[in-house]
Amino acid sequence: MGVEGIGARVVRKEDKRFITGKGRYVDDVKLTGMTHAHFIRSPHAHAKVKSIDPSAALKMPGVVAVLNGKQLVDDKVGNLICGWAITSKDGSPMKMGAWPAMAPETVRFVGQAVAVVIAESKNLARDAAEAVVVDYEELPAVADIRAAIKPGAPQLHPEAPGNVVYDWAIGDENAVKDAFSKAANVVKMELTNNRLVPNAMEPRAAIADYDAAEEHFTLYTTSQNPHVARLVLSAFYNIAPEHKLRVIAPDVGGGFGSKIFIYPEEMVALWASKKVGRPVKWTGDRTEAFLTDAHGRDHVSTAEMAFDKDNKILGLRVKTYANFGAYMSLFSSSVPTYLYATLLSGQYIIPAIYAEVMGVYTNTTPVDAYRGAGRPEASYLLERLMETAARQLKVDPTELRRKNFITQFPHQTPVIMAYDTGDFVASLDAAMKAIDYAGFAGRKAKAKAEGKLRGIGVSCYIEACGIAPSKAVGSLGAGVGLWESAEVRVNPVGTIEILTGSHSHGQGHETTFCQLVAERLGVPISQVSIVHGDTDKVQFGMGTYGSRSAAVGLTAILKAMEKMEAKARKIAAHALEASEADIVIENGEFKVTGTDKAIALPMVALAAYTAHNLPEGMEPGLKESAFYDPTNFTFPAGAYICELEVDPGTGKTTFVNFVAVDDFGRMINPMIVEGQVHGGLAQGIGQALLEHAVYDGSGQPVTASFMDYTMPRADDLPSFKIDHTTTLCPGNPLGIKGCGEAGAIGASAAVINAITDAIGNNRLEMPATPDRVWHAIHGQAA
Amino acid sequence: MSTVKLTVNGKAVSVDVEDRTLLVNLLRDHLNLTGTHVGCDTSQCGACVVHIDGRAVKSCTVLAGQADGCNVTTIEGIATGDELHPMQAAFRDNHGLQCGFCTPGMIMSAIDIVKRYGGQLDEATVRHELEGNICRCTGYHNIVKAVLDAAGRMKVAQAAE
Repeated sequence: MGVEGIGARVVRKEDKRFITGKGRYVDDVKLTGMTHAHFIRSPHAHAKVKSIDPSAALKMPGVVAVLNGKQLVDDKVGNLICGWAITSKDGSPMKMGAWPAMAPETVRFVGQAVAVVIAESKNLARDAAEAVVVDYEELPAVADIRAAIKPGAPQLHPEAPGNVVYDWAIGDENAVKDAFSKAANVVKMELTNNRLVPNAMEPRAAIADYDAAEEHFTLYTTSQNPHVARLVLSAFYNIAPEHKLRVIAPDVGGGFGSKIFIYPEEMVALWASKKVGRPVKWTGDRTEAFLTDAHGRDHVSTAEMAFDKDNKILGLRVKTYANFGAYMSLFSSSVPTYLYATLLSGQYIIPAIYAEVMGVYTNTTPVDAYRGAGRPEASYLLERLMETAARQLKVDPTELRRKNFITQFPHQTPVIMAYDTGDFVASLDAAMKAIDYAGFAGRKAKAKAEGKLRGIGVSCYIEACGIAPSKAVGSLGAGVGLWESAEVRVNPVGTIEILTGSHSHGQGHETTFCQLVAERLGVPISQVSIVHGDTDKVQFGMGTYGSRSAAVGLTAILKAMEKMEAKARKIAAHALEASEADIVIENGEFKVTGTDKAIALPMVALAAYTAHNLPEGMEPGLKESAFYDPTNFTFPAGAYICELEVDPGTGKTTFVNFVAVDDFGRMINPMIVEGQVHGGLAQGIGQALLEHAVYDGSGQPVTASFMDYTMPRADDLPSFKIDHTTTLCPGNPLGIKGCGEAGAIGASAAVINAITDAIGNNRLEMPATPDRVWHAIHGQAA
Repeated sequence: MSTVKLTVNGKAVSVDVEDRTLLVNLLRDHLNLTGTHVGCDTSQCGACVVHIDGRAVKSCTVLAGQADGCNVTTIEGIATGDELHPMQAAFRDNHGLQCGFCTPGMIMSAIDIVKRYGGQLDEATVRHELEGNICRCTGYHNIVKAVLDAAGRMKVAQAAE
């Protein structure tokens, strides 16, 4: 490992612009003649749009246009799509209603746009929006999953009778029945996975610029995957063909899944910029983020596990209801199915699994992938169930887990996934040691003497990342392939540009991707730059989500590097009059092994571009590209243990210690990996203790600002104790598994297991607010 | 419309703005100082923190007119030429930022915290004092480390003066 190579804790190259205020986010971009958009949004959860009268607004100063959903339909802008087809267990395709970017007739959640005002300034657009008169006829609404599937419930879409999008299943129902019939013990519980709002700190924004002469659009947008955005806008929304649409995602202030999707606001901005003949800018405010960014989670489940007399797991049966909100967002259908139920085997040998998932429409904001996307829900369910089983079976929860751990690899689960490698014993051992698990009983007794209830909770998670083999996801209904592309350009002076289809919005790619180049060529990372986030610069890419950028994106770079190096070796061998097989690359030089003959990379590059003396028949230039399609998912796994105290007088939880031991395979930059874990843990802990997107019975959101929705603050969280165990991923040449989502996947179960351990009452839902905890202690329903 | 005269990052400026203009909009839209960010609409997130006459203030909660005659410092104004402010350097060295959006406000708040406590800071105090700044990326772990590190650096820098 060089000082800047793989495994080095290199400080980030991108930081200088962020710490000096020179980051360039979408809202920082100004174009000449730019207008500003403000959306008029439904205050009702379900209503008919009877009329929209813009006449007063159009007379106001600075108003350029007021546009509505009917005009959008007239101009044949396509409806929003869902890109993953799920088939119900009866063989029928999923049942979806149309989602227009602005509602022409019916609104189905609070915040759905019905019209947009375009004006000379943001304030003028906002003022004019107040003067647009929208006449709604309110309809009955339903926000709760269970209420939505009751007979007689308000119906959202005629295409989906009973509000059911699909009723899907995975696994072997009969095998599970058989397992339960042989069980010595059965553990059963009901679980709610609370709805969350991703809340990246940068609100979504878009600037659309139409060039009438070229019939060409440019879109600046807060996207995790600009090429996917261009593809969807071109192929499905009829905005413009791909070569007439450039999508730029500059610095993006966090995503966590919520910026994967192509939202109505981008579509409307593009369409409106052509209509008004000027650039159109929209920057969401935080309330709009709460109302319109795709939410996460929101499951209600029943889970049962069968054990034999030796406490070995025989089978698992799960029934889950997933709330999709009012419309099917881009990847929403895959989240509670192939990203959730396929992980229900966890770290355990479970001979039989059967999971049913019913996807349900409600009059709420659409739900889609949020950090972990399905895997946190699976992990929470399974790890709450294991802890509950240990309590019921009166065995130590770590012992119950150990007894059932998978220890032989590869391991085929009954729910599609084939785990390639792992060492679950090692990560649990390391976590128990780090938190002094053996000494916990003494600490609990001491805390009790001081009037505090101390608890410890374990969570052993596994996730499927590095999504994904295109053929595999295609066979499961995905509308896209999930490879990644890269290009390596060595310039004539020897500096290097890496073009990648991955997109960094906090992950530090501008540093870690350079570290691979430094490792292979021995050049300083200052000679390397990473180009991403612009469809005009990078040929194609599938973007960043699902912890895929190192495992898939970096492997694509590696493949392109290998091609470039092969050509450079030939040039070097030719120049040095040596055999190609004798050329080694060290410290930025191509050397003839065992001699002092060498040629530096810049000279090789110059030779490639002057082309005065290249090997016979070789093309000039030193630039190579590659596409990489993974052969399997990767399987990061780990053990988290949380120790905390509950004040029985107030129900308030205080952390004593939080240990996370993860196996991410090879780490490129451990400093950045740790940062990813910290952030994930905060989101998992936030879900467990603080965060909850709440709707009232009429579908009104009651947590639509930072005043009402509790974001984790610095004093809500502990410092974390992070460690790693390592089994290299055999599926990619770098051995990488991915680290972006782990914390959010494993943390919440550890926290709830610890609180329920502390208070001696297993019935506790997330978020475990002091109010809920107090009532769980003192025996009244919260 | 009103004319607001103030000093921003050491430079005297005079700007004609609508009376309802917030200080953050004056900085971002009129002076192109886009390092100061807007992350919420309820004065909760702290992405917009600047210094007004040396005190950390959320610039989304101040009318531009209220800053008339004041000395405003933004994230763009704390480095000395190419030399980073110790708080900026500490955020980089401790990986105290990821997406960078909350970072300017965090740094401006953190400088104020260190100044108010005269370098006598512990983890609990830093966590409590950062309550008005929300970060979604870092889990605050490395931000807290960075602030404590910078407190040490600023103390040393002060002693050297």
